[in-house]
Amino acid sequence: MTELTMAKALNEGLRRAMRDDDKVLVMGEDIGKLGGVFRITDGLQAEFGAQRIVDTPLAESGIMGTAVGLAYRGYRPVVEIQFDGFVYPAFDQIVSNVAKLHYRSQGAVKMPITIRIPWAGGVGAAEHHSESPEAYFVHTSGLRVVAVSNPQDAYVVLRQAIACDDPVVFFEPKRLYHGKGEVDLDVDLADAAPMGLARIARAGSDVTLLTYGAQVSTAMDAATVAEDEGIDIEVIDLRSLSPVDYKTVTASVRKTGRVVVTHEAAREAGLGAELIASVTERCFYHLETPPVRVTGWDIPYPPAKLEKNHVPDLDRILDGVDRVLDRPNSLTGVEL
Amino acid sequence: MTMVHTLTPTADLKTDVDDVARLLTADGERIHDSDLDGWVADLDAAQLRALYRDMVLLRRIDSEGMALQRQGQLGLWAPSNGQEATQIGTARVLRTDDFAFPSYRETGVVYARGAKPEGFLRAWRGEAHSSYDPHELGTAVQQIIIGAQALHAVGYAMGIQRDGADQVVATWFGDGATSQGDVNEAMVFAASYQAPVVFVCTNNQYAISEPVGVQAKAPIAGRAPGFGIPSMRVDGNDILAVTAAMRWATEHARTGKGPAFIEAVTYRMGPHTTSDDPTRYRDKDELERWRERDPLTRVEAYLRSIGEFDDAFAAQVQQDADELGAAVRPTCLAMTSAPALSILDNVYAEPHTGLDEEKTWFAAYLDGFAEEAQR
Ligand SMILES: Cc1ncc(C[n+]2csc(CCOP(=O)(O)OP(=O)(O)O)c2C)c(N)n1
Repeated sequence: MTELTMAKALNEGLRRAMRDDDKVLVMGEDIGKLGGVFRITDGLQAEFGAQRIVDTPLAESGIMGTAVGLAYRGYRPVVEIQFDGFVYPAFDQIVSNVAKLHYRSQGAVKMPITIRIPWAGGVGAAEHHSESPEAYFVHTSGLRVVAVSNPQDAYVVLRQAIACDDPVVFFEPKRLYHGKGEVDLDVDLADAAPMGLARIARAGSDVTLLTYGAQVSTAMDAATVAEDEGIDIEVIDLRSLSPVDYKTVTASVRKTGRVVVTHEAAREAGLGAELIASVTERCFYHLETPPVRVTGWDIPYPPAKLEKNHVPDLDRILDGVDRVLDRPNSLTGVEL
Repeated sequence: MTMVHTLTPTADLKTDVDDVARLLTADGERIHDSDLDGWVADLDAAQLRALYRDMVLLRRIDSEGMALQRQGQLGLWAPSNGQEATQIGTARVLRTDDFAFPSYRETGVVYARGAKPEGFLRAWRGEAHSSYDPHELGTAVQQIIIGAQALHAVGYAMGIQRDGADQVVATWFGDGATSQGDVNEAMVFAASYQAPVVFVCTNNQYAISEPVGVQAKAPIAGRAPGFGIPSMRVDGNDILAVTAAMRWATEHARTGKGPAFIEAVTYRMGPHTTSDDPTRYRDKDELERWRERDPLTRVEAYLRSIGEFDDAFAAQVQQDADELGAAVRPTCLAMTSAPALSILDNVYAEPHTGLDEEKTWFAAYLDGFAEEAQR
């Protein structure tokens, strides 16, 4: 076990994946000498050369489309999108080609592309640098979507994503890049929890709190505070957003009878809507109260100075917990 | 940068279709072009006859496709009538181990890459999203998203570079596609990495109903040098010129000199697809003018003039075309649809719990009907 930041864990994950398989290559803007704007590829070009750590022209559709061609040729491209808000120019290639080619070719063509996206807010960034586009990708069949929340998962899931024969959209929460945690660098991938499994981050009996990415740490804080009030929250870190591990989720909901979903993406047609619809279909008679969403507002991501009003914080999560427990809504009392 | 055909910026591309490099006049007279001549110096009459035969067969496939669509056997068909010289002339230059990234219209490329009738019909019939195994034919799934395949071609070419192979990649797209960001990004990437890729722009004068003047105000081949890519503008109805240009372009790419670009100036004689009505956007005179430039009659005239086209050859080609045509129809009619449950196959390469659950559900649902039928 080594103590590493998530950034360093990702860097190690890439390094090992590239050492293990010479078909793996990384493409993106500024990932060579600079090591990426977040230094996730730091030192990799020195080790693997410019043919495998590829500084690309500044063109996201170009990066994604050439990755498709490389995958046709048997390569396993890992694409770095510099920031979440810049994935949109590549969206056509992702949705129309990356996601569909295996299906369109009746399984003849594999697209083992990993799309790494530094993701979401909370770091005081400029406009277009704090977006949460996960629902667009989850809605797209043919893609797998994962979101990591700690250095160990970052390291393991990244390697699993690269080894996966399907395209994987891999969300890296920017505000956790520098958070440290224990990482077992010698973990045997075959023994590690598979990429699609959710993780019970904290066991509890009163409320199931579903979340992913950077919100996991806020949810854990909320659970600690709630404990002082005698409320026992089970926090589930989904890890995989497509597919969702409904086995773990429904087992928890059947136990607690209460669900709160929190994410920082906007609410409308967001992942929370999908999660609650699916949980309701599966566990309707186990639910004691209506499920509750605690999400970002339905707005374009606000300016940095105001972002704390957008990203659900500990208090808003606890407010959601109060609602699902049928306690008087201490903050607003507003009926939805 | 060599081989840049002299370009005259023009306000009206339609009147400037003769500003192209060619080796055969519309009447089949062999003329000379110092850029092109050398590239076909070794091409003998037998090889030219083989290319002619390919074009006749392609035209036959196309007319069968049109007819099958009209009879309701195909959902849609994108005709290649008029574009045979461009498609055959480019595709036949590739080696079998090269890789092709065609659009929906390049039936001739797919045919030249070795597809059997099923290989150009299945997708159009709506039985599957593609008609052949890309790895078997060295040909990507035909692309419908305009221009996207140009980037795939460059990526594949980047892979070739990494493998240290001497293969090349060719990609085809229309004049309309040159307006897409992806085609322009493809040229940036190709030039930046000097990738072994040949861009073939089939300028057939129209993007559905929009004349090329909506996409470009100067000959399209003129754009490539701006990206650092040498280009040629050739008569796309002249199989000799197309072959010469493609040989130049592939040689350029294969010998490590980087990408090359060809604009083949041609004309789509039929509709864009079986769903549009070209009389709404182009006139008869224009069609007739292009009929006089027909790529097949041109080679025929040339071969006749040198005593290489006789009745026996004509009859043989006719027979080959009839045989192929006769095979297309039964192949089409014999196609069976995959079972209902298969629509959930191949979305992912590896098991996906969400979809596996849906599949279990759908299978049980379908079984319910089977049981009901037994009762
Ligand atoms: C991205 C995209 N936009 C629009 C369309 C609809 N569409 C199909 S073919 C076509 C015209 C393409 O013209 P061109 O590139 O000149 O090729 P051609 O059909 O003439 O071979 C259009 C607009 C599409 N398939 N993809």
